[in-house]
Amino acid sequence: MSEIVISNLHAGIDGNEILKGVDLTVNQGEVHALMGPNGTGKSTLAYVLMGHPKYEVIKGKVIFRGVNLLDLEPDERSRMGLFLAFQYPIAIPGVSVANFLRTAVNARRKADNPEDKGIPIPEFRTMLKDKMDLLKMDHAFAGRYLNEGFSGGEKKRAEILQMAALQPEIAILDETDSGLDIDALRIVSDGVNALRGEDLGVLVITHYQRILNYIKPDYVHIMLDGRIVVSGGPELALTLEEQGYDWLRKKNNPVSA
Amino acid sequence: MARTVVTKTRKITGRESQEFMFNEDMIPKHVGASDYMRKYREDAWKTYQRLAMPTTNDEPWRRTDIRKLRAGEFHLPVNGNRKKLPDVPNELLKPLVGNQHAGQIILTPGGTEANLDSELVEQGVIFTDLTTAERQHPDILKKMIGKVIKADEGKFAALSAAFGDTGVLVYVPKGVRIEQPLHSILWGPGLNLAYFSHILIWLGEGAELTYVHEAASTNEPDGQTMHAGLIEINVDPRANLRFVELQSWGDHVWNFTHKRARVGRDANLDWVFAAVGSKLTKDFSDLDLIGQGAVGRMSGFYFTDGNQHLDHDTQQNHFAPNTTSDLLFKGALKEQSRSVWQGMIYVAPGAQKTDGYQANRNLILSRQARADSIPGLEILADDVRCSHGATVGKIDPDEMFYLRSRGIKQPDAGRLIVQGFFNPIMQRIPFDGVRDRLDQVITRKMG
Repeated sequence: MSEIVISNLHAGIDGNEILKGVDLTVNQGEVHALMGPNGTGKSTLAYVLMGHPKYEVIKGKVIFRGVNLLDLEPDERSRMGLFLAFQYPIAIPGVSVANFLRTAVNARRKADNPEDKGIPIPEFRTMLKDKMDLLKMDHAFAGRYLNEGFSGGEKKRAEILQMAALQPEIAILDETDSGLDIDALRIVSDGVNALRGEDLGVLVITHYQRILNYIKPDYVHIMLDGRIVVSGGPELALTLEEQGYDWLRKKNNPVSA
Repeated sequence: MARTVVTKTRKITGRESQEFMFNEDMIPKHVGASDYMRKYREDAWKTYQRLAMPTTNDEPWRRTDIRKLRAGEFHLPVNGNRKKLPDVPNELLKPLVGNQHAGQIILTPGGTEANLDSELVEQGVIFTDLTTAERQHPDILKKMIGKVIKADEGKFAALSAAFGDTGVLVYVPKGVRIEQPLHSILWGPGLNLAYFSHILIWLGEGAELTYVHEAASTNEPDGQTMHAGLIEINVDPRANLRFVELQSWGDHVWNFTHKRARVGRDANLDWVFAAVGSKLTKDFSDLDLIGQGAVGRMSGFYFTDGNQHLDHDTQQNHFAPNTTSDLLFKGALKEQSRSVWQGMIYVAPGAQKTDGYQANRNLILSRQARADSIPGLEILADDVRCSHGATVGKIDPDEMFYLRSRGIKQPDAGRLIVQGFFNPIMQRIPFDGVRDRLDQVITRKMG
């Protein structure tokens, strides 16, 4: 069974340190929620784990399947089984969802076996249709250009469709709930829940408790100023909902508070 | 992403262009050819002598410097060296549109092959090489040659008119609709050679045709070869022409072309340009909408690498009311290559209800590559709709990261982005074979 183990991770952007020693372990089969106010480093953590070139790692390591992920290129991390559902998915003009996903699936197959000729088209179509049905998506979606002109809800569904097609071992959902109305949130959450299982570990990044009503976490962590300051069970999210983050700020920074 | 480039050209002084070593005795004189053709070529020769070599002081040539053209070293392919040159590869003879040709012409320095479906011959269709046309169809040639493009439009236009005896005559009589495409190949192998071509296309009233023409050669690592050519097109009222041009010259070829299509009342021209070859190209392509309700679409694909320099100069001339033009040129550039697109929409006085559009989009794939994009409008009527757009952009690093985060390796992600960039042009090319060829070019140049 795979796990991702983040130890003493410090990272930043443009010379500003944002992550100031993150420690977190997510096992396959578990759902973890990472909560915290805006600007506290949650999305930075997501980007750093995936290897966004704008962020620099200062120190620490992230062990996944026996290697330090931080030494790998983003595409290598993905092929090892890491997935990031973007808060703001990027439009790729002129590239259809189907063409893109087939390229991504084939990239995995070729990495496993350089002789691989790629997934046969009929097999790919069947797979894609199954996954779209799972997410209650119109099959015409496959022919649309990736994220181009997609509504907020369509973008997030497209992210989960990619997750379903690529079958990661660890998935990070970065504010997947942001910008979704309640119906879209339910559909996206149903999709994630349908993919839940022993083989998938999930890190749900959010600053609202709302999505956790649909995707029930096993563990909740709270991040403040670049570190995880408290971890607990699902009840921690409810405490936050009632009391906000102030009690944690006081507890963690008594001098300035 | 959007950035319009305004260019200042540095004047480089001190070196003059070389002169060509051609002379009057080299003007083709074919047995059985008409006096008209002889006079046409002789007049063109005089025009050629009168005109100076273009320099970067001439407005259309400001961004394209030809002083490195070793003009003095070119000679015409003659019988003696034909046999030594490589033959046209079979790959280029395959149909690019549908499964079969209605006719094919192969023009090589070793000779010409031409064939046309016998049913079309009976219907009065002419599809033959220019030398044969000079013998067999002098009256049609007389009506067409030099009528759409004048020899005095430029030094290379005059040179092509004087020496261009390699070529094609396409004539589709009134009302004849040809379903399968016609296909011609101009094959210009070898070094230090000058190829001249002249293509004439005439669709009679209500006629229909799809025509694919490809110019290609070997790739020679050192040295130069040149091609200069003319394409004169007449699309009579209510006729419909789909014309696909593939420019696949080798990296050593200096290519100079003048093309113009005249489109008559309620006629339609769908013109596709795919330019992937040559060391340097200077192309003038004009769309003249001369009859009410005429429609013309120009779709350009170019992908340059190495030290290639492609310069496309386009004109959309609305001479009649209710005419429509739609131009989209898209190009990707690698390494130190360079492209120039300079386009003009002209609306003549009285050409009301004109709808004109032009757009040029460039994707720069290296720091040293450069694309100049210069749109232009000149509107002398008051009830028109004309617009344009020009952009020069790079691959967005966020797009690259997004694709890589899905496991796609960097080169494949780049290729996917470039394919997506060209997709709007591919959508305008309704021929699988042509699209496949261009996809292969993308894969090869991105590899």
